[in-house]
Amino acid sequence: MKVLVPVKRVIDYNVKARVKPDQSGVDLANVKMSMNPFCEIAVEEAVRQKEKGAATEVVAVSVGPTQAQETLRTALAMGADRAILVQTDQDLEPLAVAKVLKALIAEENPDVVIMGKQAIDGDNNATGQILAALLDWPQATFASALELGGGKAKVTREVDGGLQTIEADLPAVVTADLRLNEPRYASLPNIMKAKKKPLDVKELGSLGVDVAPRLKVVKVTEPPKRAGGVKVETAADLVSKLKNEAGVL
Amino acid sequence: MAVLVIADHDNASLKDNTHKTVTAALAVSGDVDVLVAGKDAKAAADAAAKISGVRKVLLAESDALGQGLAEAFEALVVPLAANYDAVLIPATSQGKNIAPRIAAKLDSSQISEIVEVVDASTFVRPIYAGNALETVQSSDAKKVVTVRPTSFKAAAEGGSAAVETVAAPAAPAKTRFIDQQLVKSDRPELAAAKIVVSGGRAMGSAEEFQRVIEPLADKLGAAVGASRAAVDAGYAPNDYQVGQTGKVVAPELYVAIGISGAIQHLAGMKDSKVIVAINKDADAPIFQVADYGLVADYKAAVPELMEALTAAGK
Repeated sequence: MKVLVPVKRVIDYNVKARVKPDQSGVDLANVKMSMNPFCEIAVEEAVRQKEKGAATEVVAVSVGPTQAQETLRTALAMGADRAILVQTDQDLEPLAVAKVLKALIAEENPDVVIMGKQAIDGDNNATGQILAALLDWPQATFASALELGGGKAKVTREVDGGLQTIEADLPAVVTADLRLNEPRYASLPNIMKAKKKPLDVKELGSLGVDVAPRLKVVKVTEPPKRAGGVKVETAADLVSKLKNEAGVL
Repeated sequence: MAVLVIADHDNASLKDNTHKTVTAALAVSGDVDVLVAGKDAKAAADAAAKISGVRKVLLAESDALGQGLAEAFEALVVPLAANYDAVLIPATSQGKNIAPRIAAKLDSSQISEIVEVVDASTFVRPIYAGNALETVQSSDAKKVVTVRPTSFKAAAEGGSAAVETVAAPAAPAKTRFIDQQLVKSDRPELAAAKIVVSGGRAMGSAEEFQRVIEPLADKLGAAVGASRAAVDAGYAPNDYQVGQTGKVVAPELYVAIGISGAIQHLAGMKDSKVIVAINKDADAPIFQVADYGLVADYKAAVPELMEALTAAGK
């Protein structure tokens, strides 16, 4: 069973994004970039599926700039077998990314796609679902447990109000939620080994996919700041302020 | 120009998220229909018909729709979308599950989790955990939009729209529902509660979380929330998570106990009207957004708070 894992290079989750003064976007110059945390969980899950014998090959893919090769090397160091970068400096919308992935899937024929439920830059939570629809494959989003076998994926999903378990025929798209696993840190020997693993680079144009933007970014602004609050000395003081000053009790 | 809103409901009743999404829809168009898709959902459809400003309610029922299977929603909504210029869906877990699938089939670039309608094709949405607001204009003929309910006022009751039954599609061939475990609670729903009490990693165990956070929440008539760290550690169920990738809440009062205030947590609660933080670390980032901060160990502070609330007649 072949697993395809799309990964995205994003601002590091510990870094607070700053809006550019000209309101054209978020300033990413000299900002620490990392693999999107949900993508790490997806890579970890694919590697674990291989380690327990449910999967045979893990292919990591990314759609992004040259530097996304570092993100793919991280995936290889975590245990992916090979990687493909679809290189572009364009910032693609989820619909376009899904179309690119669909074109790659036509070449790679994976049995399952495991990917993060959301990237922490665009916060769209959409690419996996879009990909499943474009392929007419079943989807299992927000997975907190995954069993692969017998041509099926059994997935426990985090839903409003609790958990739901569904079963989908493969091929299918599974999106990873936070509780699916705790991603490993790549060891130094594995980081060294990853440098020798195959990493293919394709130009976006070579795939013949329509990636024209549908959304025009009019402006990017800073959200209104909260006015600084006060420190209270005691719980009684707090209750009195909530009751008399804030009027919320 | 007409808009279809997909209702959030539990069949027996309609969730407030629907009323809020209708408000966003009415800012796009005066012609707003509501789709109630579920199983034995007549009561929810009747409730939707009473929302002021709703033109008509569509009711579709099947097992697969009741189970929330995305493939069933795709099969139902994509043909219906022929009659509409936009589909608006509350950004709940289920909304996020189904909306992109519908958008993809309409070859439309989804606009996720809007917090403001500028005009019928221009919307404001948070990106980067709410640290930036992006205004986007869509050139798609049909727009698929998910709506952050906490950013819109609930549409009033007082309408009397007709309820029309539409045929449900065949069950999805490749996906099957197995079971679900829903957390039962008499407390108000997290996303809609007026007061939320949240606990963090400082609780140290599920027992401690229940011992400290739940009685305080009950005293305040509040919903219970948790930080990602507390949920990851198993102190609280996944459904309690407040944050960038969990639930976004904006109650009148948000009480954060033993929560440091990571970027991704702040993204889920910083639009609350009044924020209270109790944390023994005076430098915790949560204090930068808190209206009232109490630097104290929760172990001493929460019992004192309970007493002070009793003294204040709570």
